[in-house]
Amino acid sequence: MGGSPAGDGTLSLDGFNASAAALVKRWKEIEVDDSLPDWTWKPCSKMGVPSEVEGYLALEGVYRDCGGSQEQIDENDNSDGADVVACDTWHSLCPFPLQVQSCSDNVHVYDFHVVYSYSYKVPVLYFQGHRSDGQLLTLDEIKQHLPSNSLKVLGESKWTFITREEHPHLSRPWFTLHPCATSDWMKLLLEQSKVAIEEQSLLRYLSAWLSVVGQAVGLKIALELHCNS
Amino acid sequence: MAAAHEEAAAWSEEAARRVWGGAVPLQVHLHDADVTALPPPPPFLTLGPRIGYLPLLIPVIKAHFSNALPPGVDTVWFEYKGLPLKWYVPIGVLFDLLCTDPERPWNLIVHFRGYPSEILSPCEGEDIVKWSYMNSLKEATFIITGNSKSVMNMSQADQVALWESVRKGNLGGYKNISTRLKLAPFEEDGLVRTASTERQHQQSSDEPESPGFGKPCRVPVRLYVRGVQEDLEDIEDAMPVRDWESVSYINRPFEIRKVEGRSYITLGHALQTLLPEFFSSDTQNAEEVDSAAGNSDTTDPSRSSQEAEPASVSLREAEITKKAKVKLVRVQGIELDMDIPFLWVANNLKNPEFYLHICVYVSTRKQ
Repeated sequence: MGGSPAGDGTLSLDGFNASAAALVKRWKEIEVDDSLPDWTWKPCSKMGVPSEVEGYLALEGVYRDCGGSQEQIDENDNSDGADVVACDTWHSLCPFPLQVQSCSDNVHVYDFHVVYSYSYKVPVLYFQGHRSDGQLLTLDEIKQHLPSNSLKVLGESKWTFITREEHPHLSRPWFTLHPCATSDWMKLLLEQSKVAIEEQSLLRYLSAWLSVVGQAVGLKIALELHCNS
Repeated sequence: MAAAHEEAAAWSEEAARRVWGGAVPLQVHLHDADVTALPPPPPFLTLGPRIGYLPLLIPVIKAHFSNALPPGVDTVWFEYKGLPLKWYVPIGVLFDLLCTDPERPWNLIVHFRGYPSEILSPCEGEDIVKWSYMNSLKEATFIITGNSKSVMNMSQADQVALWESVRKGNLGGYKNISTRLKLAPFEEDGLVRTASTERQHQQSSDEPESPGFGKPCRVPVRLYVRGVQEDLEDIEDAMPVRDWESVSYINRPFEIRKVEGRSYITLGHALQTLLPEFFSSDTQNAEEVDSAAGNSDTTDPSRSSQEAEPASVSLREAEITKKAKVKLVRVQGIELDMDIPFLWVANNLKNPEFYLHICVYVSTRKQ
């Protein structure tokens, strides 16, 4: 059985875990154009007991200005960290520690999580963004960063595309892309080229998935992720 | 055989009537900060349908408090002992999970301002409750049939009628439409199977793409696991849930695999599969590890086999089972016996979005 993707566009839990590990590894190997942070694997815990098999992928601290481009930040500069980066005088005089280096209020920081759905047997994207003052972004603010096509879909289907729902492992509301049709388009994507080598096909599931999902939320994924090397 | 079927069907109808008729008496108090009248308004008494959702009660609650509310835009949410209540969890589940007593009426606080948007996903009106319901129904349909087509292909009129039946607790109207989704009852595993149905069963598990054919093999389950103190004599004395992080929410289908020699799957077996952390393969085992850790000098004969096992294998498991043990299981307000057939529970105690919601209390050792 291994963990190779089934022909129906779905993925087993083992397949998801293996594909995630392959993605984390490959992401580190390639030169990511936009110098995005690394994907990391976060184990889940139940009643304080960390799971050995269950977890999710995280890409945290993706900076975006209102032009929609991505910049890297130091990995240890996460959203709830207390790093204060010297800015201009006005910011230094702020009564609360600044969490973002930028002096512009236009910079937003995004976190992306990829969680396995046992129901749909596919990966699901959860994401959230916050402003420089730590405030969570509203849907209207997030719209600034969405590609025009996504805005169009969002306008047509308010309830079935990007919604705010409970993050399955953090118990807090995050934005999510609805997964109910994922296996259908994944089936089409995976049919296009047949790769025999298992490891290759494992990586291929998440990289193909990410190429579609990333595009929907304006997360640019380096082409090299999809290339053999 | 036919008589047995008829009897089973009659029982199922009775169960559905009771699930749909179930309600939690609520005493809703207006939050102090929202009171703008003197004297403050008396609390509002109402019945919250178990299968219903809190936001659906807002119109009547708002009417009751209308004279005492501050001017401006309302963002309504509910609280119980400091915990903001998730509006997308059915009322009965919230009550079973959060109210150990269970107190009647259930005293809730309603807020009209200061929506805790970091904790609760936004709820701007009835529409979003409807979509939350439809999304859950879609998910359950995908679990059961391998796709969501039967829900996606519903006519707009049927969708509206289905939601209206749930909103109004109209079981007859609900049945008319929901039976068309062909999410047929799960096959009772205890029944004798002929070779042909066996083959059909096999096929359906191999081909999740075939809706309506064969028998479903995945059951939509949502588990809510909360911890209570280990030394608790009476479950009613449990500390209230302070935040949602201390409740493990597990949205995971139960996959039925036929086990040789097992006549039917019990609720206990299903829970053990879904929550292996909280069951040791042998409860006695955990007790022994426990007492061994406490340096007890018991001379139980079964201990020798325990000790014969390589220590490293069971060490981690033992550590977890030592931490938590299932204390109580509640579904639709009923404290369930672990030996009852799981599929009976799934068929008869499910909510109208075809999910079986199970509240599990586990005892945890004090930190």
